[in-house]
Amino acid sequence: MGAKKASPDLLNSSFSFKSLKLKTKQQELLLRVSILGLVYVLAFIARLFSVLRYESMIHEFDPYFNYRTTLYLTEKGFYEFWNWFDSESWYPLGRIIGGTLYPGLMVTAALIYWTLRFLRFFVHIREVCVLTAPFFASNTTIVAYFFGKEIWDTGAGLVAAALIAICPGYISRSVAGSYDNEAVAIFALLLTFYLFVKAVKTGSLSWALGSAFGYFYMVSAWGGYVFIINLVPLYVLVLLITGRYSMRLYVAYNCMYILGMLLAMQIRFVGFQHVQSGEHMGAMGVFLLMQVFYFLDWVKYQLNDTKLFQTFLRITVTSAILVGGIALGVGTASGYISPWTGRFYSLLDPTYAKDHIPIIASVSEHQPTAWSSFMFDYHILLFLFPAGLYFCFKRLSDATIFIVMYGLTSLYFAGVMVRLILVATPAVCLISAIAVSATVKNLTSLLRTKQKVPQTGSTKGVGSSKSSSKVTLDQSQPFQKNGAIALLVGVFYLLSRYAIHCTWVTSEAYSSPSIVLAARGAHGNRIIFDDYREAYYWLRQNTPTDAKVMSWWDYGYQITAMGNRTVIVDNNTWNNTHIATVGRAMSSYEDEAYDIMRSLDVNYVLVVFGGVTGYSSDDINKFLWMVRIGGGVYPVIKEPDYLVNGEFRVDKGASPKMLNCLMYKLCYYRFGELVTEYGKPTGYDRARGVEIGNKDIKLEHLEEAYTTSNWIVRIYRVKPPTNRL
Amino acid sequence: MVKSTSKDAQDLFRSLHSAYSATPTNLKIIDMYVVFAVFTALIQVAYMALVGSFPFNSFLSGVLSCVGTAVLAVCLRIQVNKENKEFKGLGFAGEFDSRQYALVLLGLVHRDCELGMGINWSLFPTANTIN
Repeated sequence: MGAKKASPDLLNSSFSFKSLKLKTKQQELLLRVSILGLVYVLAFIARLFSVLRYESMIHEFDPYFNYRTTLYLTEKGFYEFWNWFDSESWYPLGRIIGGTLYPGLMVTAALIYWTLRFLRFFVHIREVCVLTAPFFASNTTIVAYFFGKEIWDTGAGLVAAALIAICPGYISRSVAGSYDNEAVAIFALLLTFYLFVKAVKTGSLSWALGSAFGYFYMVSAWGGYVFIINLVPLYVLVLLITGRYSMRLYVAYNCMYILGMLLAMQIRFVGFQHVQSGEHMGAMGVFLLMQVFYFLDWVKYQLNDTKLFQTFLRITVTSAILVGGIALGVGTASGYISPWTGRFYSLLDPTYAKDHIPIIASVSEHQPTAWSSFMFDYHILLFLFPAGLYFCFKRLSDATIFIVMYGLTSLYFAGVMVRLILVATPAVCLISAIAVSATVKNLTSLLRTKQKVPQTGSTKGVGSSKSSSKVTLDQSQPFQKNGAIALLVGVFYLLSRYAIHCTWVTSEAYSSPSIVLAARGAHGNRIIFDDYREAYYWLRQNTPTDAKVMSWWDYGYQITAMGNRTVIVDNNTWNNTHIATVGRAMSSYEDEAYDIMRSLDVNYVLVVFGGVTGYSSDDINKFLWMVRIGGGVYPVIKEPDYLVNGEFRVDKGASPKMLNCLMYKLCYYRFGELVTEYGKPTGYDRARGVEIGNKDIKLEHLEEAYTTSNWIVRIYRVKPPTNRL
Repeated sequence: MVKSTSKDAQDLFRSLHSAYSATPTNLKIIDMYVVFAVFTALIQVAYMALVGSFPFNSFLSGVLSCVGTAVLAVCLRIQVNKENKEFKGLGFAGEFDSRQYALVLLGLVHRDCELGMGINWSLFPTANTIN
């Protein structure tokens, strides 16, 4: 392909594009770099909807805790952060924050912040926190490109980068403002997998070192690292069984496992789990198995004699299995190796949490996934995934085996828990990219072939896009080229629909900050409900600094971050009994609740109420969970007391316990005098759609301190006992 | 029966011995290092069994770094062994450098684990007591 390079005296001659003829390789490189650059920018800006519509703020609940800790880190330094004991949450127990969080996200954001300050860009830490997730999403697309290149070829890599840039499954947890562990963790996950696959392919220690570092970053970022520490040994096992083992695998896995394990133990939250917890024993088992396996292989090679080797094999294998079995048995029986914790056990047995641990079952993102969620989050990738699997099986190599295993295991877990669709997204995007890339490649090469002499060899015809046989035009199918063009148009149409769908989903569903609500008014204008922040700021400015606030655990992080007050329980949910105490207080009559609140030194109670606005995620709708969790620890709270014929009601037909419990009284205090909807009686609850049963509520031990403008958040002050100040 | 197994064992031993003495010297040196590292790890485990496992992180760091050096030495042996066709042209020096980085990392992490502080503080000069 002869072409001239750009002429050196370009400035002198008239500038024309003809003189800029580049060689094919340079053209290709230019195309690739520009595509990647565009994808990088696209991934970033697709996540900015909420910043443009509302403002640059942190969303939801968990990110507020991460923001507060990052703020603390940048203000006080790493040593204070690492050894922080927080007395402002879980009063009176406190929480060892330094030892119970995953520091990766905070340290990353703090590093970016310090780098920007070093370059004299004095931004506020909140801006950095808000934009960390989109930034790392862009980085993930680059890693996806390299991974795709490793598995298949550069075309697949480019498609993978483009797909993952806008895939809703990933966007849902990495929009601007969603400052949560997953923002960084998915990048770390994909990076670790890519480096490990590279290490297995090349057998070089440097790549294995890199993957150990990637694993360390993943452990520091998210509790989902357990997926890596189980998938990688499973992959090694599959390779050993299918006979694809080689010395490269030995080098890669051993280096990654030992160094990764040592590095992971630096995170205090993880601690010694790598040698003590049942979830990590798989990795150790495979490590020991590998030593035995390769030792036997080496001995076999040395001996060159089958008979002697058989004896040796028998002795070693029996002794190894015996020793391993005894060790595992003793460890598990004596309790030294702890069994699988509830969170991960419920992934293997989805019914476990519902029966035994209601607090895990109550989290909405732990519910099993519906098909509609899959379709919503993946769109065309759902049917491109099996097609990609087919291609992977056609060209089996170490890398494709890995991606197939990653895809299948992560899809299984995505089916068990909605939240884990995020972990499956990179695998689904990569495999679908293989399908798209291979199909497009076959079709375009069909378009480019010249007419050949009719051969007896057959192609499968244009109808099957899965054909990868040598492409020659079969004279008996004269419309092959037209068919190929039609199919290509079809593929591009599908991809364009995917892009439209992703943009629509991001805009409509995944860009809401949760803390600010919006609705359409009667004239189509947009009404903003900023009640949460209004209430937190009221708390911050109108209560004594040592005031303690009791609320349901959902709002704990936000109250400490924005209201700057001590809370009783928060989203960390590490102490079930404490939460059950709060649940018991909320579901008891006012007198009993007052005793509990006095024992906890509570000064203010905060409830969320959606009856005026029709907001359905309020505390009355969450009330049954409070009863269940409270009843799980205190048998005096019985769920049937609050139900009528198994039905949860708040109108006249509700059970008397329900009509007089603390939560009911606090939510509906003075509500009976309010007209909420034209034509309905007073006290009409718009969220439940009924008129409430008990309109005449009198509070004896609490008094109303503040109700926000749309009645969404209501704050009450606990009165001190009579005859006291 | 016993006689045949003991004869088998002797044959086994002898043929292993003869096959092993054919390996080149630099590989034998690496092998001795591996044996030494594993032996050190075993001594530490025995010591822990005698004395008790407090402080656990020192024990872990000691054992795991021994195991780590053993494993890395085996990796080096694999890559240097001329009979392994997949590692052509790497030579002693190239992989030795990678191994050095790995060992440095191992040493740092070992020190960190041993002191139980998480993220080694001696790199950042601060006046705080080591706990």
